[in-house]
Amino acid sequence: MILARLLPASIVGLILFFLAFPIVVVAIVSFSSATYLSFPPPAFGLRWYEAYFSSPDWLNPTWVSLWVASAVVVLATVLGTLAALGIARLSKPMRVFSTGLILSPLIVPGIVVAIGIYYAYSHYGLVGTPIAMVLAHTCLAVPFVVTSVTASLSGIDPRLEQASLSLGATPAATFWQVTLPLIRPGVLVGALFAFITSFDELIVALFISGTGAVTLPRRMWDDLRFQIDPTIAAVSTLTIVLTALLMGCAHLLRNRNRA
Amino acid sequence: MNRTDRGASVSLAELEKRYDRVNAVDGVSLDIHSGEFLTLLGPSGSGKTSTLMMIAGFETPTAGDIAIDGTSVVAMPPYRRNIGMVFQNYALFPHLTVEENIGFPLKQRGVPKAERARLVAEALELVHLPGYGERYPRQLSGGQQQRVAVARAVVFKPRLLLMDEPLGALDKQLRENLQLEMRRLHADLGITFIYVTHDQEEALTMSDRIAVMNDGKVAQVGSPEDLYDRPSDRFVAGFIGESNFLPAIVRGMEDDVVITECDGALIRAMCPGRPASGDRVTLTTRPERLRFADSAWNATTPQNRLSVTVTEAVFAGERCRYMLQATDGTSMVLKEPSSAAIRRRAIGERAEISWSVADTILV
Amino acid sequence: MSEIAQPSPIAVPLGAVRPLLRNWRRHVPLMLVAPLLIYMLVLYALPVLAMLLRSLNDPTWTLSHYTALFEDVVFAKTFWITFNTSVIVTLGCLILGYPVAMGLVRAKTMAPLILVVILLPFWTSVLVRSYAWMVLLGRHGLINEGLLALGMIDRPMRILNTSLATQIAMIHILLPYMILPIANALRQIDPSLLRAASGLGATPFMTFRQVILPLSMSGVAAGTLLTFVLALGFYITPAMVGGPRDITLSMLIAQEVDQLNWAYAATLSAVLLATALGILAAARHLPGVGNAFRMSMR
Repeated sequence: MILARLLPASIVGLILFFLAFPIVVVAIVSFSSATYLSFPPPAFGLRWYEAYFSSPDWLNPTWVSLWVASAVVVLATVLGTLAALGIARLSKPMRVFSTGLILSPLIVPGIVVAIGIYYAYSHYGLVGTPIAMVLAHTCLAVPFVVTSVTASLSGIDPRLEQASLSLGATPAATFWQVTLPLIRPGVLVGALFAFITSFDELIVALFISGTGAVTLPRRMWDDLRFQIDPTIAAVSTLTIVLTALLMGCAHLLRNRNRA
Repeated sequence: MNRTDRGASVSLAELEKRYDRVNAVDGVSLDIHSGEFLTLLGPSGSGKTSTLMMIAGFETPTAGDIAIDGTSVVAMPPYRRNIGMVFQNYALFPHLTVEENIGFPLKQRGVPKAERARLVAEALELVHLPGYGERYPRQLSGGQQQRVAVARAVVFKPRLLLMDEPLGALDKQLRENLQLEMRRLHADLGITFIYVTHDQEEALTMSDRIAVMNDGKVAQVGSPEDLYDRPSDRFVAGFIGESNFLPAIVRGMEDDVVITECDGALIRAMCPGRPASGDRVTLTTRPERLRFADSAWNATTPQNRLSVTVTEAVFAGERCRYMLQATDGTSMVLKEPSSAAIRRRAIGERAEISWSVADTILV
Repeated sequence: MSEIAQPSPIAVPLGAVRPLLRNWRRHVPLMLVAPLLIYMLVLYALPVLAMLLRSLNDPTWTLSHYTALFEDVVFAKTFWITFNTSVIVTLGCLILGYPVAMGLVRAKTMAPLILVVILLPFWTSVLVRSYAWMVLLGRHGLINEGLLALGMIDRPMRILNTSLATQIAMIHILLPYMILPIANALRQIDPSLLRAASGLGATPFMTFRQVILPLSMSGVAAGTLLTFVLALGFYITPAMVGGPRDITLSMLIAQEVDQLNWAYAATLSAVLLATALGILAAARHLPGVGNAFRMSMR
């Protein structure tokens, strides 16, 4: 009520417009029928989507991105979930060190990570291979898995595990029958974040994708240096929709977990 | 099959648990008989929950021994101890249905499916929840969840059931109903119950015996009547029920009755020991056992008398509660059943009070 | 009572092997974390450290690459541009973010919608969002066409490829990092405090200045820090929409790597990394900072 008088809704509305508008514009432009970039479009059509779906130049990088992101999901989820299970029970110095190392990709500037990885991977001839992309992206995706699983672990009443033990379940049975089902939503949310992290990643890809593992963001980047045609708008719109769908799933999972 | 077969006996010997430098449990020795309902009662931090956790196997004692039916279990992990446990807030598995929750311990023991279903149904019957098997814990009320937790803890026929403040989260009415139900369950199953609570009324209503804990030690063990009528020390007297404490000086003994001087009057008190003449001691009495000496009430047992001034009078429905002050300044509380026929005392009024010698304990 | 098999009473044999068993158990947490630690050390931390080492041992052990920075005009200018851009962007985010955070916390029925509007761009890749600003700010972009149509200008303005474009696009990208921690801090303010303040005679403005603002400072600190540190490392956005002479540290590092000038690139990386970590370390005692990243995922 006090806030209401202080804060005209219109100001908030304008800032929210500023946030949403560019993305809406990209979506609208993608349905343009014009051969050049113009807004508002003279007419609407699906020609840029057709252009995308009929061009191997676009489809191949899409497959590479999907393949890399899927592999990253498997690797990051397994490694990250195991680590999250152990991390809270480490001795304090070990815990501080592990948390620092695992979460550091969130704050170390992207360019520093990218050239470091490029520097080392090129020594081993990995640059330009999808494997290198998977190995590198997993490092960037793991912090999201670890934070998500840790959050869901800390939400578990320790008495549930005690109850399971008191009812005759061995520690292993307790893990499979009680702990794992309870953290499953956290693991899935972490996996979704891992997918998106890899699917959208560009800086590392610029250095190590070479010519052998061109991902979708890398392909878009190359395209933007020469031309701005609405195919990119169509690709962008598709990635926005994919991301929004995955994030919607993540939110549903999280809410169901809380209920 | 007789009852003693069904319940395990538990024996704690000099049990100790140290955290950093604090002794949470500090030399507890206690023998819990087969088939007994024993309550560990104490304020928070008295070590009652730590004791229970050690019996269950979630905590390892720093010293001492725990024996169940004469066999030490200290080295045995909790999942091999075969002890039923009901947790505070129940700890029902939220991802399993009521049926699956109750079937959980049976599954761990490899009980075949059909047999499991039969035992689960039986257990649901026992706690008056038939037909609730398909539901999830979150779809049940607090009282129902509590019953499911009990069913889950007894379905595998343990010989010992531990309960950690199992009624703490429920409202008063429901708590009283469930207290009766727990007593009935105890009678039906005949197994040993160890019950932890900080609620003295709950402990008094339910237990065969109560072990009052304070500062990691057992202050007194005994039946509810023992503890209420013959508290062994000031802590027990103050923690269980309300008590008046009167400073007094020992003047002599008469069989097992000690004669003391208190505020210029001679007061007789029950005393197990043999205090020396001249000792400064504390006497304790219960407020509801004091009477105004001039009220129409004929005492047939030996009485103590004291003159006091009324300093406060509160009408509390079924009782009137008076704050009194003796001439030496000691405050006392007197509770009188309320009746339209009894005259209410006014503040500042001087009065004579009397109470039975049997209700006066030297602590 | 024999209808259920009792677990075998193996207390005695178990007691014998217990010291061994206990040791094994104690290392379970480390065994769970070890695979990831080894993975990240080998494939991420050691590579970055090896690269950074080039700033010290190329061609022999020396600090000359660092001392040379003091007389390096290109570095000085780049560092200044990077720092300056980050300050402007952070201030912009703070000014625009605070009201939105308040709106988000205050809104009841609209809250989910506002959250989606904040999170949708947040989830969209930096590349796509930078591209969106190219579409809007270009010579024939929406802004220019609109202003032309309204007759406010008579030839297209140059907005794209200026530092203004970089700042606008970066504010757009980083705004959620500012909004979410502030909203979180605002949400924790007990509403009865606001009623108490107005009951005690405070005007809405006084309530804001003396109650709301001080109580939300932990969120403001966390959001500001996060935004600033992230802004320091920006690469894609300035490269796409920025002016040709607005080179940020990240862009300079990339250029040097392209020219295989590893020693210089490593030195610049070390400076960038030290600046970011230094700021975080200096502010690590501030409440809410540690949680800022976790919160940004919600």
